[in-house]
Amino acid sequence: MEKFTTHTGRAVPLRRSNVDTDQIIPAHWLKKVTRSGFEDGLFEAWRKDESFVLNQPERKGATVLVAGPEFGTGSSREHAVWALQNYGFQAVISSRFADIFRGNSLKNGLLTVVLPQETVERLWALTEADPTAEITVDLEAREVRAEGVTAPFELDDNVRWRLLNGLDDISITLQNEGDIAAFEAKRPSYKPRTQPVA
Amino acid sequence: MGRTLAEKVWDDHVVRRAEGEPDLLYIDLHLLHEVTSPQAFDGLRLAGRPVRRTDLTIATEDHNTPTLDIDKPIADPVSRVQLETLRKNAEEFGVRIHSLGDVEQGVVHVVGPQLGLTQPGMTVVCGDSHTSTHGAFGALAFGIGTSQVEHVLATQTLPLAPFKTMAITVEGELPEGVTAKDLILAVIAKIGTGGGQGYVLEYRGSAIRSLSMEARMTICNMSIEAGARAGMIAPDRTTFDYLQGRPHAPQGEDWDAAVAYWETLATDEDAVFDAEVFIDAAELTPFVTWGTNPGQGAPLGANVPDPADFADPQERIAAENALKYMGLEAGTPLREVKVDAVFVGSCTNGRIEDLRAAAAILDGRRIAEGVRMLVVPGSVRVALQAVEEGLDKVFTAAGAEWRHAGCSMCLGMNPDQLAPGERCASTSNRNFEGRQGKGGRTHLVSPQVAAATALVGRLAAPADLTDNVAVEV
Repeated sequence: MEKFTTHTGRAVPLRRSNVDTDQIIPAHWLKKVTRSGFEDGLFEAWRKDESFVLNQPERKGATVLVAGPEFGTGSSREHAVWALQNYGFQAVISSRFADIFRGNSLKNGLLTVVLPQETVERLWALTEADPTAEITVDLEAREVRAEGVTAPFELDDNVRWRLLNGLDDISITLQNEGDIAAFEAKRPSYKPRTQPVA
Repeated sequence: MGRTLAEKVWDDHVVRRAEGEPDLLYIDLHLLHEVTSPQAFDGLRLAGRPVRRTDLTIATEDHNTPTLDIDKPIADPVSRVQLETLRKNAEEFGVRIHSLGDVEQGVVHVVGPQLGLTQPGMTVVCGDSHTSTHGAFGALAFGIGTSQVEHVLATQTLPLAPFKTMAITVEGELPEGVTAKDLILAVIAKIGTGGGQGYVLEYRGSAIRSLSMEARMTICNMSIEAGARAGMIAPDRTTFDYLQGRPHAPQGEDWDAAVAYWETLATDEDAVFDAEVFIDAAELTPFVTWGTNPGQGAPLGANVPDPADFADPQERIAAENALKYMGLEAGTPLREVKVDAVFVGSCTNGRIEDLRAAAAILDGRRIAEGVRMLVVPGSVRVALQAVEEGLDKVFTAAGAEWRHAGCSMCLGMNPDQLAPGERCASTSNRNFEGRQGKGGRTHLVSPQVAAATALVGRLAAPADLTDNVAVEV
């Protein structure tokens, strides 16, 4: 995973709630067996509408998505995170994220930042009025900054530490191999195994 | 202080607990399918890691599989590659797989329970959000992303953030014609698509206790549609009776030891939930969705709502967008909404009881002119059982299409899709824009409402059926 410390970039204001994972990346894209090449599938249906915010020329190269509540609701597809990253987004700001999407994003170094809806509204107003306005997402300071906005955000210390250092979860867990083996040794015999039964 | 069901299962799986770290939880059962696993296996290969516990892992093919001509090569080359990738990975890493054509193949959340692999008190994960289905057994079961799939393959554990608990207590008796699907749609409409966020839901109360295992699975299945981490129901005699004799259920002394443990899992009398919701079963009626998220639902007897009536600005905008997408006018009675297609199937409502319920309504009748109806069993076993009971003949005699097992039109990854603008009454779980095919419009319904709707050609409940739609076959 790439390290995330701080990022500054232009924004895409997405005034929609309940942006579900089927909108972020439609199911027919999920047939790919790689983690890359999903950028053209991002918001595929909405992008067919020329007026959709992502299609506006001044949003080209924007890296911070500012969305409505319940962003990422729906399926567990990590492809939604990959699609956002493949397209170029480094951070997503919303007042509420769906749990699985949030977990997936933080495991891939896409920083999902929870801010109060009123702050999201101010960021929308700012970036709609001025497409060149930049937003800074500072993980070290746990703060989002933009013109006229300084907003602290919360993120679990352990998650933050992993992101700041770009640490791989599996290697960390395998340092506790002894604990896992000890737990396995206590497994009751009534618990099922998947091997075919005769 | 007492503990809830979810807390007991969690506590029994903590491998490591340390200050400032998430708990490391052991995973008892890992289910795999073709869509969310290829990148995880790639990760293992890159790092030179094996699958730690192939004996706690099982794979099936479901999302991409065609429901017609399953004996021929899969027409879509991209789908074919994805299925072949799963088969190749399963062979290379030694994972048990049930491929298309195998008698145990089917939707992953139908297969686990029917094999008896899903049992009370277990932790169950799968790279699929509807893993919450397995919570019906009193298992802590939740969907995970591909990074976590790789983590479980490599370590059989997951570091997990703590959860909160919410009791959803449903007392009383469900009225005639009101099903588990109507109940869960009503719950989601009540608490919202984000209402369960961060919570493990526990469904309790006399209405829940009286439900069959399959109905309980329908309820737990859609917990994720309320944004919940998981949904659970305490195991009881209904659970034990369902499990006993299944291929992977414990036997002999193991059975007795297992039941003794399972009986300890119910939430203690003095346990406290972080949040509580109460629902009176007697007040429920058949429920349908009118919008593009599962929280946008209403009783079938209601009208399409007016966005102006929503106080919350976000909800108002969402309702405006939804009506535009769905091609609906505010104030239209839902019973007047015409459909082009009906889908019966999915991990929500693709089990034998669902097919029986739909068949009972279709029996001796013909579906409306111009309506296409697809019936897709959740697994090969469900299909075989249905054929044994003659349900397939009821469906085809009524004019419906009887298909092979898979996820099918729930998400349209295979050829079973709606055309742009087509409207479908569907027993599946998501009414998102384009979910069942680009431009397709979905109304979530129970199997009973699906069948009645197919007969009438408009959204309808079985109670609406009059003799003039019944045609002797």
